Amino acid sequence: MDIWDSTHECMPREELEQLQLERLQATLNRVYKNVTCYRKKFNELEIVPEDIQSLNDLTKLPFTTKEDLRLNYPYGMFAVPLREVVRIHSSSGTTGKPTVVGYTRNDLKTWSNLVARFMTAVGVTHDDVVQIAFGYGMFTGAFGLHYGAETIGASVIPMGSGNTEKQIIIMQDYKTTVLVGTPSYALTIVDKMEKMGVDPKGLSLKVGLFGGEPWSEAMRREIESRLFISATDNYGLSEIIGPGVAGDCHHKSGMHIFEDAFLPEIIDPDTGAVLPTGSIGELVLTTLTKEALPMIRYRTRDITSLDYTPCVCGRTLVRMKKTMGRSDDMLIIRGINVFPSQIEEVLFSIENCEPHYQLVVSREGAMDVLEVCIEVTENIFFDEMKMQRAFLEKVEKRIESVLGVGVTVRLVEPNSIPRHEGKAERVIDKRKI
Amino acid sequence: MLKVKNINTYYGQVHALKNVSLHLSEGEIVTLIGANGAGKTTILNSLSAIIPPRSGEILFDGVAINNLSPDKIVEMGISQVPEGRQVFKPLTVEENLELGAYLRYRKREGRGTIKKELESVYALFPVLLERRKQMAGTLSGGEQQMLAIGRALMAKPRLLLLDEPSMGLAPLVVQEIFAVIENLRKEKKSTVLLVEQNAKVALKVADRGYVLETGKVILEGISSELLENKEVQRAYLGKEKKEIWER
Repeated sequence: MDIWDSTHECMPREELEQLQLERLQATLNRVYKNVTCYRKKFNELEIVPEDIQSLNDLTKLPFTTKEDLRLNYPYGMFAVPLREVVRIHSSSGTTGKPTVVGYTRNDLKTWSNLVARFMTAVGVTHDDVVQIAFGYGMFTGAFGLHYGAETIGASVIPMGSGNTEKQIIIMQDYKTTVLVGTPSYALTIVDKMEKMGVDPKGLSLKVGLFGGEPWSEAMRREIESRLFISATDNYGLSEIIGPGVAGDCHHKSGMHIFEDAFLPEIIDPDTGAVLPTGSIGELVLTTLTKEALPMIRYRTRDITSLDYTPCVCGRTLVRMKKTMGRSDDMLIIRGINVFPSQIEEVLFSIENCEPHYQLVVSREGAMDVLEVCIEVTENIFFDEMKMQRAFLEKVEKRIESVLGVGVTVRLVEPNSIPRHEGKAERVIDKRKI
Repeated sequence: MLKVKNINTYYGQVHALKNVSLHLSEGEIVTLIGANGAGKTTILNSLSAIIPPRSGEILFDGVAINNLSPDKIVEMGISQVPEGRQVFKPLTVEENLELGAYLRYRKREGRGTIKKELESVYALFPVLLERRKQMAGTLSGGEQQMLAIGRALMAKPRLLLLDEPSMGLAPLVVQEIFAVIENLRKEKKSTVLLVEQNAKVALKVADRGYVLETGKVILEGISSELLENKEVQRAYLGKEKKEIWER
């Protein structure tokens, strides 16, 4: 059977719950001792780690949000001294500063093994050739999958993102059997193949591991029928570990969450109350084995539901449905997290004006396009086309350097963006995921 | 085999164990490490009911044992090798070992089976066979440690609780003792809960460990991870040098 760690993946629920309780208590003792932010939060609620005597007592603990990470930028929430952190990654923040995450040597081992779990679960072995089409850099996607694949012993091609034509040539020549990337990029690749006259059936590809953005079952079927591979889903987020929180098994009927490492809850995003089993709500995760950056009840803002019924594959781990949206306003553009507030910050920093703006997100072919529409005002209107063009390019460049993804900026007529009482409709998302 | 949930043990007013949870599976060697006074011995004493916990659960093979008396606990199959060895000094080596099987005599187990047990202990510890007629008080530290372990084994325990076997022993002798513990797993498939101050030597022989600091478990993991983790050092030594930018 394709199980990397059967001791933990198929652990009887009673044993698993004892292990979770022990790890939770140890984590709480450590964060209370080492992380000022958590000690303060606990003291405010007048609780101590000893108050947590069962997994149900989790509800007594405070939530952690991206805001906490932002307020403690960069290393304020680390539970170990920086000299023990051997890797630093980051992810988009709601405003200027990104969210910084760190890993100790043990954390890296844990991470690699978690990724190895979901890769093995869909059939990746040491005989495979894995092409990683995620961008290498501060994002956790590429490195996470890379080290997981290496741990399994597969041959890893660190292709990085972009240069689709080259990706296809490599796939043919290097006999890639496993494709790793965003699902929309998979469709971009197959579109390009059709243009290039490359027959997908002639490739050695057998399975794809896709993540980094939400995608529907319909999209899965499209990828599978056009690329002739099994398209599998996996879930993760940098604040928790990166990829490696959950992943499909062969049955693709929900992603198994690695509960010996992460404790999941589903809450009502407005009240924060834990919802009954099976309800749809916001996923909250508590890390059980992270050393450098443990997270207590982190609000992921991803909407999903949990299924505790046993899976045919033999794993006893709970399954989560594909994420079905967010409880905040974050967008995912070509696999990159984008907060409208980041764009707003850039616009307001320009030329002392506060333009009325609207973000329009659409999908051209398989790729996401984000268009920033700014209403013309006196300050940003130029007679000469050349100067107008230069201004727009400047704004585009600035936004791109903040977000890490390119956008197009367009000027629209004054008063053409509808104003509402209170919250303006800042984002129009035309994509149907 | 053993499941401990949220035990809180007090010495009078002193809250020595705070919400300690741990578990052992059959055939494992698990170690409890931490500085002096962290609560390691207290855990063993709580398991043996010498100092019963005030709250929490202890389940041995699914049966709650936290309210049983110490002799019942030995009967259930848990034997403790106490800190400082505590052999019966005026008695001979053989008498000490025979006393270890006391409950089995009480239960009318045949002398033959107990004699066989004696022979297997002598096979494990040949030096004890040499000195079987000597008074236990005349043995060296290392020999007394072997005697104490042998005595506990005579009760044919399913779970062996070992309290600081390295204490007061020369490094070479410590190596010997730990080779014995390794052997216990191989030959007798024993399940061992090992309390040790010497974290390095304990983690080399154990499968998993729990790190204690002032009565609380702060870390749980497999030995190789714990060996790598500086939190273990911090638990022993307290605060450390500030970060470079904090100086």
